[in-house]
Amino acid sequence: MSHRAVTDQTPRGEVVLSVRDAVKHFPLTHGIVFQKTIGHVRAVDGVSFNLHRGETLGVVGESGCGKSTLSRTIMGLERATGGSIILLGDELVGLKEKQLRKVRRNVQIIFQDPYASLDPRMTVGAIVGEPFDIHPDVAPKDDRRRRVQELLDLVGLNPEHINRYPHQFSGGQRQRIGIARALALRPQIIVCDEPVSALDVSVQAQVINLLERLQDELDLSYIFVAHDLSVVRHISDRVAVMYLGKIVEIGDEDQIYEHPTHPYTQALLSAVPVPDPELRGRRTEIVLEGDVPSPANPPSGCRFRTRCWKAQDICAAEEPPLKARTSSAHLSACHFAEELDVVHATQ
Amino acid sequence: MSIAAPTEPSGAGQPTPVADVAGESLLRGAWRRLRRSPLAIAGAAIVLVFVVVALAAPLLAPYEPASTQWAGLVTPQSVPGPATDHLLGLDSFGSDMLTQLIYGARQSLIVGVVSTVLGLSVGATLGLAAGGFGGKVDTIVMRLVDVLLSIPSLLLAVSVAAVIGQSQLSVMIAIGVAQVPVFARLLRGSMMLQSKSDYVLAADALGIRRRRIVMGHVLPNSMGPTIVQATLALATAIIEVAALSFLGLGDGDPAVAEWGRMLVAAQERFGNDPRLAVYPGVCIAITALGFTLFGEALREALDPRQRR
Repeated sequence: MSHRAVTDQTPRGEVVLSVRDAVKHFPLTHGIVFQKTIGHVRAVDGVSFNLHRGETLGVVGESGCGKSTLSRTIMGLERATGGSIILLGDELVGLKEKQLRKVRRNVQIIFQDPYASLDPRMTVGAIVGEPFDIHPDVAPKDDRRRRVQELLDLVGLNPEHINRYPHQFSGGQRQRIGIARALALRPQIIVCDEPVSALDVSVQAQVINLLERLQDELDLSYIFVAHDLSVVRHISDRVAVMYLGKIVEIGDEDQIYEHPTHPYTQALLSAVPVPDPELRGRRTEIVLEGDVPSPANPPSGCRFRTRCWKAQDICAAEEPPLKARTSSAHLSACHFAEELDVVHATQ
Repeated sequence: MSIAAPTEPSGAGQPTPVADVAGESLLRGAWRRLRRSPLAIAGAAIVLVFVVVALAAPLLAPYEPASTQWAGLVTPQSVPGPATDHLLGLDSFGSDMLTQLIYGARQSLIVGVVSTVLGLSVGATLGLAAGGFGGKVDTIVMRLVDVLLSIPSLLLAVSVAAVIGQSQLSVMIAIGVAQVPVFARLLRGSMMLQSKSDYVLAADALGIRRRRIVMGHVLPNSMGPTIVQATLALATAIIEVAALSFLGLGDGDPAVAEWGRMLVAAQERFGNDPRLAVYPGVCIAITALGFTLFGEALREALDPRQRR
């Protein structure tokens, strides 16, 4: 069923990013002058994974599950409150601002909103060339214009448009400008934070194809955060499913999509629209009840238990660790993990 | 920016040297929209006339200001009206009305510009500090501004006049200080908004220092509303000068022609000679309207939604 064979065990490259028990809590404060911390929003609460060279890790989950905070924490844009983030051998957590700035040029980000992510007052040349002002070692001054035009060409923009302003471009073109800027410092990892969610479907495909081509040409690793499960499946080698600040299931793309074992993953997949009317009748539809609990006060034990149809006493008492649970070798955080055949839309 | 001869991009399939395709900057776009807006043109025309009259007052005015050589013609019952040698008649002190109005424009322009520049520079500095540093600096600065805001501007004017004496300077300080909280809050608010935008995060990810982000990205993108507010503040200042003069808090020197004080003087004679109040009143209203129209048109021209 999958376009990638299940035996697709391509040898993975070296680990470029290793995240261990990353935690990001935002303090909830009370009072204006004399602030008192009255609690914490546990946006990211103990997340671990590895990212290999040339690989794409998809991160899915509903709004507010901590996907965006996770991506910002990995980049050092938000300081992790705990855990360890090792980027190409350097520990990011606890680094001083100055050192952090040096290390994190290896990770760049592409944003969701192509209108908000470019400074409207700067020409495309200035936007894409600004990284060279900060890191002059990457491009000598007299060579910058050529380098910027190379980058524009690389992302499929007309290099003649170097003196245009962002508002003179379409959404897809603006997203390409953002990609060119992200590539300027030759990073090894790119965090794609919902990079196509704001684009038309036809443009989505072009940007996804561009990202895939760049990955092949430049040997990039992607962390691809999105809520569109079909897009994530298309681009990802591995997929992590997040719920309320934790990874509940992580594995190869086909393991997650073909053999999901966590009830939350199964519910998510069952909600993907099915284009084939014959298959539509056969699929298991799981409709979750209730809302996502507040990340300031998550449920004890398994965080999904308040909405789970399998919940037992043990789910409230004991938090299920993320480990291999069934014949499928991938990791799942459910006491009652079992494979369920969810018919899905892709391919 | 010095742009050398067009260089060839590395990519294949681009055989001819590329020419520069001009882009339109935001400011240029705003200027183009401004020129097309009839309201902006009307406002700008009024402002221009006002400024020219104020600057060229000695050339335009038919007589010396505050010359009371015709005081004998003024009786308790009536003031001589328009005539060939006094186009708008005399005022209640026996000065030429047209001359007084022209010099009044000069006075309004001086006080309006000085007080607005004062309010803008102090307010924008405070707003920049609060929005740029954030955290504790922000809390302290904004609480100070709140204190300033809690004092009614009239009371402030009375206090300033009491401290440094009743003078043109105290009027300008009082009006300027009253504008400080407006500018501080406005600039801080837009900077806070811009600081959260994705392009600032992207700049952060590229390793750009905080100071460069604030001065190079956040501040330039936050200035639109402040510039608009400065234009509108000029209108407010002109009205406030008149109000303070009307209340007797203005410049103590009666030789200085001032629209607000002309209104006061016209009060007693309003029944017989309403024109004494109508002329300066119309001048205040039209000038304020001009600045307001121009400010509103500027706001629309700078509106980011118009760019897309």
